[in-house]
Amino acid sequence: MNVARQNRLNSLAAHGALILYTVIALFPVFVIVINSFKTRKAIFREPLALPDAESFSLIGYETVLKQGDFFLYFQNSMIVTVGSLFFILLFGAMAAFALAEYRFKGNTLMGLYLALGIMIPIRIGTVAILEMMVQTGLVNTLWALILVYTAQGLPLAVFILSEFMRQVSDDLKNAGRIDGLSEYRIFFRLVLPLVRPAMATVAVFNMIPIWNDLWFPLILAPSEEVKTLTLGSQVFIGQFVTDWNAVLSALSLAILPVMALYVVFSRQLIRGITSGAVK
Amino acid sequence: MTALTLTNLCKSFGSVEVLKDINLTVEDGEFVVFVGPSGCGKSTLLRVIAGLEDASSGTVEIGGSIVNSVPPAKRGIAMVFQSYALYPHLSVRDNMALGLKQENQPKSVIAERVGKAIEMLDLGAYVDRQPADLSGGQRQRVAIGRAIVREPKLFLFDEPLSNLDAALRMNTRIEIAELHRTLSASMIYVTHDQTEAMTLADKIVVLRDGRVEQVGSPMDLYNNPANQFVAGFLGSPAMNFLKKVPLNIPEDGALGLRPEHLRPTKGGRIKGAVTHVERLGGDTNLLVTTEGQEALTVRIFGQDDTRVGAEIELDFDDSTAFLFDAQQQRVPYAI
Repeated sequence: MNVARQNRLNSLAAHGALILYTVIALFPVFVIVINSFKTRKAIFREPLALPDAESFSLIGYETVLKQGDFFLYFQNSMIVTVGSLFFILLFGAMAAFALAEYRFKGNTLMGLYLALGIMIPIRIGTVAILEMMVQTGLVNTLWALILVYTAQGLPLAVFILSEFMRQVSDDLKNAGRIDGLSEYRIFFRLVLPLVRPAMATVAVFNMIPIWNDLWFPLILAPSEEVKTLTLGSQVFIGQFVTDWNAVLSALSLAILPVMALYVVFSRQLIRGITSGAVK
Repeated sequence: MTALTLTNLCKSFGSVEVLKDINLTVEDGEFVVFVGPSGCGKSTLLRVIAGLEDASSGTVEIGGSIVNSVPPAKRGIAMVFQSYALYPHLSVRDNMALGLKQENQPKSVIAERVGKAIEMLDLGAYVDRQPADLSGGQRQRVAIGRAIVREPKLFLFDEPLSNLDAALRMNTRIEIAELHRTLSASMIYVTHDQTEAMTLADKIVVLRDGRVEQVGSPMDLYNNPANQFVAGFLGSPAMNFLKKVPLNIPEDGALGLRPEHLRPTKGGRIKGAVTHVERLGGDTNLLVTTEGQEALTVRIFGQDDTRVGAEIELDFDDSTAFLFDAQQQRVPYAI
């Protein structure tokens, strides 16, 4: 080990701090997961205890799978999240490319306009959005959610991606032009692969809020066949009685797909493939 | 036939004029070097020729036809970039073949041309590698190969050696010179390095602030610079310009003396003190401050034991001196 650069005490302290943060961040998730495997009584008696032979129970999962169409909810959430991410990344990257690459009148102004959404929460426009959706007949469809989330995610996506696209070498794009590639191929084949880490960042930033959102599903798509998972889980939370087993089980299940998506994107986050393109 | 003709070419970005009324011809098979300090517009000029930027006014003519509104891929040009600009996801072979595939050339033609280029550039061992696995010199050779396979009417080089280290730069420079001889193609080469310009060019175009200062063969420019800028830009170490010497210099003008034309002589016309000595082995550079407090470089061939602080008297042949007037234009020598 290189003694000059690595000091045991420093590295211990750094690891300690990181582990502490991880524990704090994961603790709620941990509590949800262990309690989802316990009986109702055990949940209230000792919320922090691990399930043992006496308190172990799958009653929550059974309720979840029996009541309501949970697989449909899962599917809806998945379609909405993946669909929104797809459109955010596609349109965000295209707008970012245009802003970064082409000189035209009002370029800066357009960039500012597109970034404005970062500062103004989309929920302020809920009433107007609802009216619009009613008029276009999109209420109670997954498209309503996908469109709203795409709009919600685009400003940040354009902002982040255009910064990254400015860093892609001009020479590379020009080499493509001289070799006769169309602007679309330059965008899809040369530029997009090089900004993949940035795309993954945007995807991760957008994914969690969309998956967890309760507001828009409740307002725009509350009917049974288009319910998302977060909204579907609400059936277990009543005004007077809450089926905690079922709520915790539903939440535990809801974590899995997001985790899978995160794993997919985080590998891209880490992989940098620019090396070799320039210098 | 002329490979390239530029007529009254202007380019401006907004209100900033980058190229001002450029007129230039490149003959078939000629190696032309654009040289000038950074920001003089030489790269912009190259990009206008390539079609990567539109000219604001004037015409670009390649191989006899006006190409102002022809896209880069159809201009019959190929370009080599400073940063190599290889496609990171393609192998060496595919990097070279892509341009031909886009032209819908038959497979046999592509294979033949790529094979020839690979052989010419000695890249046989690397054909299936990705650009990331190549060294800087190899990448630049692939980039040159990518240009060769297209068999263009005109090669464009945009500071191709700037990213290479000194030893590799010299080797690649010689390779490019050889390439020019073998292909006898027309080439335009942009650099800020006057050594590259002097060694490679059939014709040098010196640019400053978007204007052509002078066009001519390297020795032409070296021996007969039209003005003080060209005189100072070509030659290393740069030419000395003296204003305060007891000689008959035009008012506000300057006397131009190349370092290699000055020699220590008892009773010489220029007196001063040595402030620094650079010993390079093959020759020695003396940095001298004259009586008029002007800095001066003297290049002495071979080794010299002059010490720092020594008083020195220098002289020169009148035939090797240049005179410039207040507008920095060259005037006939008469002292």
